Amino acid sequence: MMKNIIAKLLIAASAGLGLAGGVQAAGGGIEWDKFPKEKMTDMAALQNGAKLFVNYCLNCHSAAFMRYNRLKDIGLTEAQIKDNLLFAGDKVGETMKVSLDPKQAKDWFGATPPDLTVIARSRASASQGSGADYLYTYMRTFYRDETKATGWNNLAFPSVAMPHALWELQGERAAVFADEPDPHDASKKIHVFKGYEQLSPGKLTPAQYDEAMADLVAYLQWMGEPAQGERFRLGVLVLLFLSVFTVFAWRLNASYWKDVK
Amino acid sequence: MAEFKEAPAGAPLGTKLMTWVDNRFPATKMYKEHMSEYYAPKNFNWWYIFGSLALLVLVIQIVTGIFLVMHYKPDAALAFASVEYIMRDVPWGWLIRYMHSTGASAFFVVVYLHMFRGLIYGSYRKPRELVWIFGCGIFLCLMAEAFMGYLLPWGQMSYWGAQVIVNLFAAVPFVGEDLALLIRGDYVVSDATLNRFFSFHVIAVPLVLLGLVVAHIIALHEVGSNNPDGVEIKGPKAPKDANGKPLDAIPFHPYYTVHDIFGVSLFLLVFTAIIFFAPELGGYFLEYNNFIPADPLKTPAHIAPVWYFTPFYSMLRATTDVMVQVLVGIIALSVISIWLKSGFSSKTKLLISAGAGAAALLLLAFDAKFWGVVVMGGAVVILFFLPWLDHSPVKSIRYRPDWHKHLYTIFVVFFLVLGYLGIKPPSDIGTIVSQIGTLFYFGFFLLMPWWSKLGTPKPVPDRVTFHPH
Repeated sequence: MMKNIIAKLLIAASAGLGLAGGVQAAGGGIEWDKFPKEKMTDMAALQNGAKLFVNYCLNCHSAAFMRYNRLKDIGLTEAQIKDNLLFAGDKVGETMKVSLDPKQAKDWFGATPPDLTVIARSRASASQGSGADYLYTYMRTFYRDETKATGWNNLAFPSVAMPHALWELQGERAAVFADEPDPHDASKKIHVFKGYEQLSPGKLTPAQYDEAMADLVAYLQWMGEPAQGERFRLGVLVLLFLSVFTVFAWRLNASYWKDVK
Repeated sequence: MAEFKEAPAGAPLGTKLMTWVDNRFPATKMYKEHMSEYYAPKNFNWWYIFGSLALLVLVIQIVTGIFLVMHYKPDAALAFASVEYIMRDVPWGWLIRYMHSTGASAFFVVVYLHMFRGLIYGSYRKPRELVWIFGCGIFLCLMAEAFMGYLLPWGQMSYWGAQVIVNLFAAVPFVGEDLALLIRGDYVVSDATLNRFFSFHVIAVPLVLLGLVVAHIIALHEVGSNNPDGVEIKGPKAPKDANGKPLDAIPFHPYYTVHDIFGVSLFLLVFTAIIFFAPELGGYFLEYNNFIPADPLKTPAHIAPVWYFTPFYSMLRATTDVMVQVLVGIIALSVISIWLKSGFSSKTKLLISAGAGAAALLLLAFDAKFWGVVVMGGAVVILFFLPWLDHSPVKSIRYRPDWHKHLYTIFVVFFLVLGYLGIKPPSDIGTIVSQIGTLFYFGFFLLMPWWSKLGTPKPVPDRVTFHPH
């Protein structure tokens, strides 16, 4: 009968989990593309991501909890960091700060550029995908929109304050929208995204740009938790140890209890 | 003063040392009383692992907490950065922090299961009322620990969660605003709040918590553990061996220590799998929004407490104006039925009616928000009274009528559903379901003196049912 109760509880609990969609309500924007996770184990990709980050993002966004010399974890030497990635005057043991005045930034963009150290962790959503998925989508869905103050808009983050910082690489694009009848309500029209129109070419082909953005997002994901690789590796060892330990604990328990009548 | 004992001549050094200590401190006596000669029932099942696990998690929280405090800065300008410093620059800091954050959720998992075990086997019944009450006190402390600890990382959810909960106290009539001010130390959640929550989280509440844990265990070892059959193993009628030791029990050490080592290793498999492979657990253990530093000017679209508070949070949200009117209706119906059906004297009936009238007036006089706070608090406080609410002739669910089991099942389902709804943004259907769940929760406890007596219990055996392994 105890088993009966447990079975009922399990059924109830699994029904509850089935209902569970996610912790957070969906934000605005399109569905997120999947970030290619294999980039996380690709050192060359992470290093390229770091280069893109320092060259394009770190002018306005800080990564105030990230030390330059932590980049050694993704295979760079201290000399490489100093020669290629460090701004003049910065020291390799310092964190990635910017000299942009937050007040001025607010005047220019309407919002202070957020710190990016843990951006990949904060943008996850249980119903939409990981933070990396979001960033990978966001970096690839900028388009020209003259109705916005910066002249740019974004599909993943509609009316975003940030202009397209990597437009040189991607080129300028316009978004094509069409009005279609709402499938749920025939009397209404919905604004449907149909595709992009390339206005001017970028330095990279679309495929190369996607690769570059995957590298950049891999870097952001890594920077959100530089210990994550070590965490996985250690976790495997800990679970292996505990599995063996559990067998011994199980047999130890059995040998004590076998004489209990 | 007890008589000084002498170790026999030529005894090993260890024996001499223990004799010396025992003459000054009851070390061996305590070891026997609480370990090697603490007789626990033989028939414990796996539900009985959660007490030991709760103690293990408590130790994990204290030890990891000590190391976190070495690097954490309780300062609104530095707190968020210091947590990231722990995650990045402190050697093994990430592991310590994940152990602590996962430990918080694990604590509630094992404590909820531990409480449920007590609930179904009647472990709160005479003579274990104080064991249960100390336990409820521990649960309350745990909630305070979790709530105040959650402010410390100073992320958006830390900040706004604290803001929402502290504002609830402002709903208390007459003194509410001052009370909220006293808790915050400021007009909004601020550096002052962070500092006092830090102080409470690392010293005040843990002190009370540890005291209660000791009291919980001393009381338990005084009256002896209950068991899945709810049969007393140490009473005057219980069978004993030639030495007067209970036949249906077994020394805690080594039998239950080896049992617990096995249970602990299974628990650690799950616990470490979460720490190493999913420390955020899909946003349930570490909320994604909490990786954004607290911003007093930017309210998040959806503020949800961490999962372990959500059943109670749901009850708070369920207490709307309509709910208050329903409660008044229930009171009116109860009074009518007492006049029509009960065998009370007219004087008693009048007294009950007057009390009910006063309660109904109070319900209507104050804001529903205040009653929401009362409902949320009451849902925890009511647990303290459980030993006197249960009037069943048998302790254990095993010998209760079958429909009692169904009632407990529905209770658990409603508790889980309330928890689920508390995570979600409010919705019309969700509010109605959580109102039904809240009514059921309180009905379950408040009507227990009546329903627990109903039905025919199954015959309770004289001795525990034990199947040798």
